Amino acid sequence: MSLPEKSNQKTPYTPDDLFVPLETSSYDADRIAKPSISYWKDAWMRLAQNKLSMAGLIVLILLVLMAIFGPMMSPYSYSHQVLTNGNQAPSGEHWFGTDNLGRDMFTRTWNGARISLFVGFMAAIIDFIIGVAYGGFSGYKGGRVDNFMMRIIEILYGLPYLLMVILLMVVMGPGLFTIIVALTVTGWVGMARIVRGQVLQLKNSEHVLASRTFGASAGRVIRKNLLPNTMGPIIVQMTLTVPTAIFAEAFLSFLGLGVQAPIASWGVMANDGLSVILSGHWWRLFFPAFFISLTMFAFNVLGDGLQDALDPKLRR
Amino acid sequence: MAKYVANRLFAMLITLWIIVTITFFLMHAIPGSPFNQERNTSEAVQQNLEAHYHLNEPVFVQYFIYLKSLATLDFGPSIKQSSTSVNEMIGRGFPVSAELGMLSLAIAVISGVILGIFAALKHNGTIDYIAMTFAVIGISVPNFIMATLLIQQLAVTWEIFPVATWSSPMHMVLPAVALATGPMAIIARLTRSSMIEVLNQDYILTAKAKGMSTYQIVMKHAMRNALLPVITILGTLVAGVLTGSFVIEKIFAIPGMGKYFINGINDRDYPVIMGTTVFYSAFLIMMLFIVDIAYGILDPRIKLHKRGN
Repeated sequence: MSLPEKSNQKTPYTPDDLFVPLETSSYDADRIAKPSISYWKDAWMRLAQNKLSMAGLIVLILLVLMAIFGPMMSPYSYSHQVLTNGNQAPSGEHWFGTDNLGRDMFTRTWNGARISLFVGFMAAIIDFIIGVAYGGFSGYKGGRVDNFMMRIIEILYGLPYLLMVILLMVVMGPGLFTIIVALTVTGWVGMARIVRGQVLQLKNSEHVLASRTFGASAGRVIRKNLLPNTMGPIIVQMTLTVPTAIFAEAFLSFLGLGVQAPIASWGVMANDGLSVILSGHWWRLFFPAFFISLTMFAFNVLGDGLQDALDPKLRR
Repeated sequence: MAKYVANRLFAMLITLWIIVTITFFLMHAIPGSPFNQERNTSEAVQQNLEAHYHLNEPVFVQYFIYLKSLATLDFGPSIKQSSTSVNEMIGRGFPVSAELGMLSLAIAVISGVILGIFAALKHNGTIDYIAMTFAVIGISVPNFIMATLLIQQLAVTWEIFPVATWSSPMHMVLPAVALATGPMAIIARLTRSSMIEVLNQDYILTAKAKGMSTYQIVMKHAMRNALLPVITILGTLVAGVLTGSFVIEKIFAIPGMGKYFINGINDRDYPVIMGTTVFYSAFLIMMLFIVDIAYGILDPRIKLHKRGN
């Protein structure tokens, strides 16, 4: 696009000539230059900028992969005892050493990862299901139903979480299944509160009203309008539930209420390792302790990053 | 205000009653009586024992007997250590646990707040990153692992502090620090984010324009507002310190409440488990209540009676 200077020289002032049609492509100035990004892509881009969170995500993926494939990588089984080979320091043969019964710590560590991560993920998923159903229903119904359901939540929220978990474990007896039950019986309350708050806020918004006007059923409104808009806080809550559950499991194992031998979670192994730390067998505590901490670290930084990425309003 | 307090007190009693009920029926849902497991007692002795502990009555009668004794603050006898009552255990253990808990809570609050303020003042600077990395690590490392590391390094290798037990101030340092790291990290993060928010307010700018020093601004203007969120989570942190101390007391062989609770669990001594649980819960609920009231007093913007509804 150039100004028509030369053609104007002969007839000094003809306003019509000053107006040159633009190239056609410039006409659609209101065309959106970038392809529109969905909420999730946008969130992902924000998350990708957060180096610490990405590191956490990568660590988590590696941990999950190792939990799946780690035990297959070594020739030993996690429960096979070689009593003559007890308390060996890490070496080429046993990468993480052996425990007092001569069991390979590398295999045990990754088997423990399976248990610990399984407990963490299951607790998060079950909390999610109960919490969303309860909170969604309570928030959507509103009024007296909501009031009543929230009273129950308030009372449950007042119960000391770990204390209740310990009590339940005493009653139900130690074991993998009972741990998950004990963790979720009181654990879903936080999720329900979050979902309920979100639903309460959203249910009077325009898109819900529009959907209702078109005759959408309650189930459809919840599924299509409310839940997708609540997903952000829900996901953040789930990422923070996993480390809490893993910690609680380790804590229970430490009190002797965890999973039963020969299965070993990280908590059980750390507890075993703790008793021999003074005799110098550091690897028996170090590996489970390190991986518990690493997992909690990864989930925490990922949760922080997700919180910033999924809820831009809260960004600092 | 008075109405709100009354409402809250009522809700507290209800919660406590529910805890007592849940605990009681959970403990009685376990099959078998505490006496027919290990010892070979004669039929008569067994019946006498059961009668003494009201175990021969129907569950509901036992429940009301228990409620009645709780109302008079009597937690009943221990079954496995028949010479001591649960009240005696609490009386012996609680002062020690309270000392440990208060010490670590003080460490957590003071160092957490200081760490958070410095991180906020140097927002996105090196100090900020160091402090926050430290905080995330503090949250990620479980306290029993922290305790072991401290014992290993400071007590065994360098021999600065005694390894275990509870007698002199030197004995208190390691357990209190181990117990404090988690809450400290949480407080530091919370203080930082709320401090950053407060420091961006207009009235802070005004204070700066008046020529006040950073120290004065923080102490006189920012602190009070920045610490409000910290106060709201204090109740939860007390709960964390309390449950955390079970493990810490076990590791350091401290004769606190946690020890009795854990022993009760290991021995399946139900009156002890029930008594300590009820005591812990009552204590926690009371702390939450105090924190709530304190919050209302410290922040005049919050109208307590409105929140009650």
